[in-house]
Amino acid sequence: MRNNLKKYYPVFVLPTSVAFFIAFVFPFLAGIVLSFTKFTTVTNAKWVGLDNYIKAFSNADFLNALWFTVKFTVVSVITINVIAFALALLLTRSIKGTNHFRTVFFMPNLIGGIVLGYIWLLIINGVLQFFGVTVTYDASYGFWGLVSLTNWQLIGYMMIIYIAGIQNIPTDLIDAAKVDGAGFWGILRHVIIPMVMPSVTICLFLTITNSFKLFDANLALTDGAPGRETTMLALDIYKTFYARTGWQGVGQAKAVIFFILLAVIALVQLAFTRKKEVEA
Amino acid sequence: MTKKREKFSHAAVYIILILMAAVFLAPIFIVLFNSFKSKLFITSEPFAFPNKETFAGLENYIGGLSKTGFFSAFGWSLFITVGSVAAIVFFTSMTAWYITRVKNKFTSFLYYAFVFSMIVPFQMVMFTMVKTANALKLDNPLGIILIYLGFGAGLSVFMFSGFVKGVPIEIEEAAMIDGCGPIRTFFLVVFPIMKPTAITVAILNAMWIWNDYLLPYLVIGTDYKTIPIAIQYLRGGYGSIDMGAMMAMLVLAIIPIVIFYLFCQKYIIKGVVAGAVKG
Repeated sequence: MRNNLKKYYPVFVLPTSVAFFIAFVFPFLAGIVLSFTKFTTVTNAKWVGLDNYIKAFSNADFLNALWFTVKFTVVSVITINVIAFALALLLTRSIKGTNHFRTVFFMPNLIGGIVLGYIWLLIINGVLQFFGVTVTYDASYGFWGLVSLTNWQLIGYMMIIYIAGIQNIPTDLIDAAKVDGAGFWGILRHVIIPMVMPSVTICLFLTITNSFKLFDANLALTDGAPGRETTMLALDIYKTFYARTGWQGVGQAKAVIFFILLAVIALVQLAFTRKKEVEA
Repeated sequence: MTKKREKFSHAAVYIILILMAAVFLAPIFIVLFNSFKSKLFITSEPFAFPNKETFAGLENYIGGLSKTGFFSAFGWSLFITVGSVAAIVFFTSMTAWYITRVKNKFTSFLYYAFVFSMIVPFQMVMFTMVKTANALKLDNPLGIILIYLGFGAGLSVFMFSGFVKGVPIEIEEAAMIDGCGPIRTFFLVVFPIMKPTAITVAILNAMWIWNDYLLPYLVIGTDYKTIPIAIQYLRGGYGSIDMGAMMAMLVLAIIPIVIFYLFCQKYIIKGVVAGAVKG
């Protein structure tokens, strides 16, 4: 059978491979090469070595965006996961109507970044108008605006994953802990949390990567204002490419750094939380 | 725990859940009632219900529709999303089956390349991909489907492969012995078994592609606006926004999502859990 199937390569693999090559493989490799060159239209690329990387790291906008993104990611990841886990605990108790609550909490996740950004622009500016300012008045308003928005978007998603994790815990494990006299916090710390570590791994991975890559909502809510203070990495890279002539090479170098940072953070996190997973 | 304490804690749980549900629903209702207020009052008193003085009827909707061409944007969003999702499910399921069943250096290299692509952020390939798409004349709603197939292939091949690994090969071999070629075996035997994964893959890709802003904006531009592009278009050159038109268009953008969600909720939530566990 295998030999027979083997000949069907053009039918089964070729279409996906061609699209994958055009949309990913070639752009990825060309992107790495171009990060070492100075160019405006790709065809006029000139080798400049590490020049773009040096420019990227000495660029105040980039460093500011990096710091803002890191702060934002840390705060969002903690708030989202704590709230989502708490909601999952409440919704896995045997009470009526949990499905309706689940439906409500998950819904914002389907709304895209641009639409989310403008919904929250109304809300944040609405609150701030009591103080006579708007979201672009101070970077901290933009920061907390983006944190609220991302919480609203991702809590329901993570909650669903935590619920699935909690429901997978064998009930006799919890009953045994109760018989041994464990209280609510004891069960939580010594049974539930160790048992849902696979869900924690996934949720941390999804919240870290989503927060780190945030673009649409950033563009819609603050567009980086005031000044460039609330520009996150993805938006900074975009603006370096398309709003600054002659800096495309630096933009590409920033993109490579962005990719490496994201990959390293995600892999370290996966390795770290996977170690904490236990078998029932 | 005594009965009384249990009752009390149930009440407390409900109060917390109802408060949280109110917080989660409030933004959408605030947008909804503001869409019927004239724009001046949206900025000056955003949390007040429309009254006789502030009510603007359908003015925001009429203005917004003419400014954004929302209905054509809806059409293009639908065309691009449905076309891309169909192409992704069709082609990547075939590819995943092949590279899982035919083991050689090339297929395992391909598999790792697909997995690798999942961690690469869009910005890394943004500029070069757009240039490639333009050079190959893919900068139109049909061409972008090919781009989405390529960029969405990683996750989709990974998920289908994970499923195929658990399917006993004997079923396929039996079909082959009965005289089915690989193509008939795939579509008559393998694909029907894959259906749950196909639904998951379709939902995850649809959620992403429907809401995607940057890729279609950079590849196609504003000739064929999708919904996110049409909404972002309302932001004027110097960041000025017609909040009246904006509120109305946000409502129109949210309505199809809510309807779709209420009808396919079961599949969406299952798909998200399945996708997360495998991803």
